[in-house]
Amino acid sequence: MRLYVEVARRTYARISTYRSATVAGVFTNTVFGFLLAYILLAVYDERGDVGGFDAIDAVTFVFVAQGLLMVLGMFDDTEIADRIRTGDVIVDLQRPYDHQAWWAGVSYGKALYYVVFRGVPPFVVGALVFHLRLPSPGNALAFAVSVALAVGVAFGWRYLLQLSAFWLLDVRGANQLGWLTAQFLSGAFLPIVFFPGWLESVSRALPFASMLQLPVEVWLGQYDAGDLPWVYAQQIAWGVALVLGGRYAMSRAVRRVVVQGG
Amino acid sequence: MADEPIIDVAGLAKTFSVLRKAGRVRRRREDVVAVAGIDLQIERGAMVGYIGPNGAGKSTTIKMLTGILVPSSGRVRVDGLEPSRDRAELAKRIGVVFGQRSQLWWDLPLRDSFDLLRHVYRVPAARHAANLARYAEGLDLGPLLDVPVRQLSLGQRMRGELTAALLHDPPILLLDEPTIGLDVVSKEAVREFLVGLNEEQGTTVLLTTHDLTDVERLCERLLIIDHGTLIEDSTVAGITARYGTERTLVVDLAEPGPPLQVNGARVTRVEGPRQWLRFRRDDVSAAELLTRVTAQVDVRDLSVEEPDIETIVRAIYAR
Amino acid sequence: MASLGVWRHLVGARIRADWQYRTSFFLFLLSQTAVACMDLAVVASIFSQVDSLAGWSGAEVALLFGLSGVPFGLADLTISQVESASRHIKAGTFDLFLLRPVPALLHLSASEFALRRAGRVLQPAVVLVIALVVAPIDWSVETVALLLVTLVSGTLIFGSVWVVTSSIAFWTVESQEVANAFTYGGSLATSYPIDLFATWMRRLLTFLVPLAFVAYFPAARMLGRDQPLGLPSSVAWATPFVAIASVLAARAVWALAVRHHRSTGS
Repeated sequence: MRLYVEVARRTYARISTYRSATVAGVFTNTVFGFLLAYILLAVYDERGDVGGFDAIDAVTFVFVAQGLLMVLGMFDDTEIADRIRTGDVIVDLQRPYDHQAWWAGVSYGKALYYVVFRGVPPFVVGALVFHLRLPSPGNALAFAVSVALAVGVAFGWRYLLQLSAFWLLDVRGANQLGWLTAQFLSGAFLPIVFFPGWLESVSRALPFASMLQLPVEVWLGQYDAGDLPWVYAQQIAWGVALVLGGRYAMSRAVRRVVVQGG
Repeated sequence: MADEPIIDVAGLAKTFSVLRKAGRVRRRREDVVAVAGIDLQIERGAMVGYIGPNGAGKSTTIKMLTGILVPSSGRVRVDGLEPSRDRAELAKRIGVVFGQRSQLWWDLPLRDSFDLLRHVYRVPAARHAANLARYAEGLDLGPLLDVPVRQLSLGQRMRGELTAALLHDPPILLLDEPTIGLDVVSKEAVREFLVGLNEEQGTTVLLTTHDLTDVERLCERLLIIDHGTLIEDSTVAGITARYGTERTLVVDLAEPGPPLQVNGARVTRVEGPRQWLRFRRDDVSAAELLTRVTAQVDVRDLSVEEPDIETIVRAIYAR
Repeated sequence: MASLGVWRHLVGARIRADWQYRTSFFLFLLSQTAVACMDLAVVASIFSQVDSLAGWSGAEVALLFGLSGVPFGLADLTISQVESASRHIKAGTFDLFLLRPVPALLHLSASEFALRRAGRVLQPAVVLVIALVVAPIDWSVETVALLLVTLVSGTLIFGSVWVVTSSIAFWTVESQEVANAFTYGGSLATSYPIDLFATWMRRLLTFLVPLAFVAYFPAARMLGRDQPLGLPSSVAWATPFVAIASVLAARAVWALAVRHHRSTGS
């Protein structure tokens, strides 16, 4: 366990050197935040409530979500897949640590860095212009827990997607499609309460809502204390399901590699 | 016009302004001199080697000759053109081969790369076809033309790169480590080809390399750059004569024996009856040394070894 | 234009090379189409909640979506490759383009051509056609002319934004992200009526990064609507001139960027 914490720590240190990339990313998040905020506010010119969200909820959602995107790593990076493609993964698999746990450590290391340096700045800028909802201390804590779980769910999805590199020569197409779906259904483009009823139900039945929509709803105070366990249960269930799915996929992949001779 | 050097460089210099970290947040701007004033003239049809340690300014010079980089000061004329101003026009008159980077289209058959370059360089179809036939034969590319570049071995790919660089009949050929990673047979093939090219077409060849056998076999003239200045510009023989201060007399004695004690020389190696005697050419001639040796023992056979360019250049770098 | 011939051949080579990785190509094509579909799904979802947005009906916003999406897709297909300048500079391979007797921008964009990006044009094109049928357009010869001119101009304007924002790569290392904010952000901004943005943003999109000319002003004129910021209806016809100015600006910035690269070795 200590090893994986060390992995997270080292990843944090590594990512923190890419300062200009972080600044550029914050800029992009902020721009998108502003655009989406105004688009949603135009909806609230017509009606006062959408799916339990008022105007302040919606705009707050936009900025919190933009901040969380990088924390969750909801983008089609190919770190894991690259090592599979080059064959370096063979070396990794022979080391005395768990491949999946290692990469989970990497994800959490990044998440820790981004939560401060990508999560906070867009929200602060947004708060200067818009009236944003701040959580109560209780909800803030609940939010932190929810985000921690969400990172796990997002990681589970990332791991699964990139393992397809064992079967596909070029994983980028599948990867992009996978994250596009995740982004859309998790509320990154539009809070899922804005979806037509049937689509919202579908989204909530899938793991992606656990990545973004649910944590932000916790921030917004959409849940009573009594509802929180149910939220966490969903996130945990999906996290576990995806992680187990990843382990199964890896075992199939290893068998395939052994059969083919690498 | 034909008498003017094809590459004419005077006072060429390049200084880079780089940001260096000075503490946790601040950064300081520093001037790094990559090339510190080079004067150079290369006449048409020459084959010149350009060597130097890493970071000496070789690639910076080449970049300024091709127009990729604009000089800080000085004058450059390549085939009568000023590279930084007439980059596109100059590109038509230069062929470049990179040993470590490919200019070919990776996923397509070799033939396609050649065809594409015909369009890029606007070579008339007939001339292109004639050139291709000639180089394909000279470099034995026939069976390879329909093979995707990614499936070629390094040696095969290198021959393809050479052809690609020459299809538009450039009067100048620039080679950056062309034999790196090649096996001995392929290296020889490339070298032979270059010599033939230079003789038959009069192509001026400028070769940067770390392989000093390339230099020995190909270059009449050798430029050595270090820390941004040309520290040597002469023939290989001249450099050898000037810096190769030590030679070796190899003697086969009638019988194996202990290392000889000879005035003016020291034994560096003994293998059975054979002994290697290192001596300074300034101190004693080979003939004189031989006399001193035969005064002590019977000599069955002998030879004199000159220092190889490798040792010499290493010594020059070490200065 | 002999350069066009070279472009054609280089692009052809790229397409033939990509065709070797067929599965990947189709998956990518699918994901590009999916991207456009999701943008549409966002608009559709919004209109499942309300009937009008900033006074624009669903059909009218569909027109905006199409007028914005098609030029964006075309620019994405033809010139967005300039984004890869950043990657080439880091890898040191940009200099290879400078060794050829072809303009660097042309060589770069042709070498990195990706036919799969066509997926991003098809879907907005369909939406545009539908919108042209259902939206309350004042049809006339002028409207048709404006439509065609707008599609071309919009492509040129988006293309110029791409080139200008990617040129930053020559001065700083991380240009990609910043470029994304302008290109993909621009796509988002132009798909909706700029009425709903704050005044300063409307001014920015009109005078600084003239994306409002891509879809909004032409659409407003085609629909017989008033223009914002007190501008006359005919401002829509400034679009082609804005496009030309954008192209000239982009060429200047790119030339400056390459000159900087050739001075400092980036």
